[in-house]
Amino acid sequence: MRQPVSKKSNGKAGFRFSGTGVLYAMALPGILFFFIFSYLPMFGVVIAFKDYNFADGIFGSPWTGFNNFEFFFTSPDLFRVTYNTLFLNALFIGCGTFVAVLTAILLSEIRSRIGARIFQTFIFFPYFISWIVVSLFLGTFLATEKGIINQLLVEFGLSRVEFMNRPGLWPAILVLVYLWKTTGYGVVIYLAAIAGINPEYYEAARIDGANRLQQIMRILLPQLRPTILVLLILAVGRIFYGDFGMIYALVGDNGQLYPTTDVIDTYVFRSMRTLGDMGMTSAVGLYQSLMGLLMVVAANWLSKKLSDENKGVLY
Amino acid sequence: MIEHKTAGYRLFQAFNYLFFVLLGLICLIPFLIVLGSSFESESVLRERGFSLVPSHFTLLSYRTVFELNTITQSFLVSAAVTVIGTFAALLVTGLLAYPLTQKEMKLRGLILGYVLVTMLFSGGLVPWYILITKYLHLQDTLWVMIVPYLVNPFNLFVLKSFFETLPKEIIESARIDGAGHLRIFLGIVVPLSTPGLATIGLFYALTYWNDWWLSLNFIQSDRLMPVQLLLKKMISNLTFISSQVDTSHFIQVPSNGVQMATTIVSIGPIFLVYPYIQKYFVKGLTIGSVKG
Repeated sequence: MRQPVSKKSNGKAGFRFSGTGVLYAMALPGILFFFIFSYLPMFGVVIAFKDYNFADGIFGSPWTGFNNFEFFFTSPDLFRVTYNTLFLNALFIGCGTFVAVLTAILLSEIRSRIGARIFQTFIFFPYFISWIVVSLFLGTFLATEKGIINQLLVEFGLSRVEFMNRPGLWPAILVLVYLWKTTGYGVVIYLAAIAGINPEYYEAARIDGANRLQQIMRILLPQLRPTILVLLILAVGRIFYGDFGMIYALVGDNGQLYPTTDVIDTYVFRSMRTLGDMGMTSAVGLYQSLMGLLMVVAANWLSKKLSDENKGVLY
Repeated sequence: MIEHKTAGYRLFQAFNYLFFVLLGLICLIPFLIVLGSSFESESVLRERGFSLVPSHFTLLSYRTVFELNTITQSFLVSAAVTVIGTFAALLVTGLLAYPLTQKEMKLRGLILGYVLVTMLFSGGLVPWYILITKYLHLQDTLWVMIVPYLVNPFNLFVLKSFFETLPKEIIESARIDGAGHLRIFLGIVVPLSTPGLATIGLFYALTYWNDWWLSLNFIQSDRLMPVQLLLKKMISNLTFISSQVDTSHFIQVPSNGVQMATTIVSIGPIFLVYPYIQKYFVKGLTIGSVKG
């Protein structure tokens, strides 16, 4: 490895390219990336206050004050998509955390290491599948004529369920699909936290006569609390962002399901692509971003309150 | 570990194994149904629906998949996006992560904050969409499916933590010997970080292979349609396949079967490498969650 670089060759430009300057040069592509794809669109929020048309672009389109906001804020859509986003995300966060923690604890009780690894391999697999493929999987279960569930219902002499026009069933369906796809991810994280618990704690508890359940309740869960809190707080910080990839793949353009499944992100996508009203859509996006920011700040404040150090999860 | 010999605990163990066998099956069954259906004849699929075990075994769906130009082209597009994207993203992310670990970089706190802000606030879909279409003119190019995902902040932080675990002495002694940072990065840091780079590379590869958000927004021409978007089109429009086929060859175009077969082929690469790469993902997630 040691090859002395003898010549100080890079002194030409009056700036040593072998020194700190090269560090900045290395970082430059990444810095530019964030500038172009994150910071420039931030300035683009002015579109929310403009009557945007494609020909005039961002700078040429006329200002329109708060008109774009008025339209969205006076329409019933505001409440519906906000409610769906928060309600579905709350379900995902609550059920997801509970099931992942429970599964991780149960998996840590599997004593054969090979067995535990095989089980984890199976549970983690759905995480690697795209939502589009998941939607096809879901279709094989829910299709009215050919779906597995309806085949079974008919087999047992029951009548078919037309899942595609039963919006009331969809929060439950979405939660089940969400659990199917993401539980493995949570299990991996919680299992790592469980593995990190000092075995002496268990040993001490056992000597004091604690059984396995008591050890789980008194040692494992309290030790897991910080990890659970961090993940919960990060999730709460993103509660205003619906999972577009999931919802649009599973529900698509099936308008009958909008009452219970339309979230801010699908609404924004639709109003941009089908209505083409950039100003109004941008106003909805700004509303989402600001509420999202508020949630992140609140979540971080909460994590600061809950932690011993004077530092939140994020900053 | 600790021995528990009570009858109650043994009963629990038995149920626990049973529970995980069932859970494993639930995770695998949708895949098996699609696999079974992909070998089923089209007429059975239409009349009786999906099934685990095909009653009329046929390879017609797969033959159609490999003979249809639209589909093979889609696989090529996805493969190109995944390979180029993964390497480009690794390069840009690595080049940004390394300076952030160097103390002599005075502004590294500022740059970290600069990245963190992008995780807290975004301009939303519309400005981003207008930027890419009207000002960067990237729509309907291969690059539009690659460039917007070049640096993922989460991956950046994971890679940064990986670099921080390398022994500082090696880098310092190379500095004393007069080696520049770029040389240290390529000659020392990269070779020593192959597990970390592999982990992040796999995260990126999975993102690129499974993505359809970018193509949904920016790809119009069939020539550039990645396989996920193709599947999306097939699912929402069953006649899409028949429109791509010279129907005179078929008594019945195997639209349902082709859907199933394309799905299987699209998961194929993941399924084949999954058992070997899983540990890298576990490692990446574990580091990421510890570091936040």
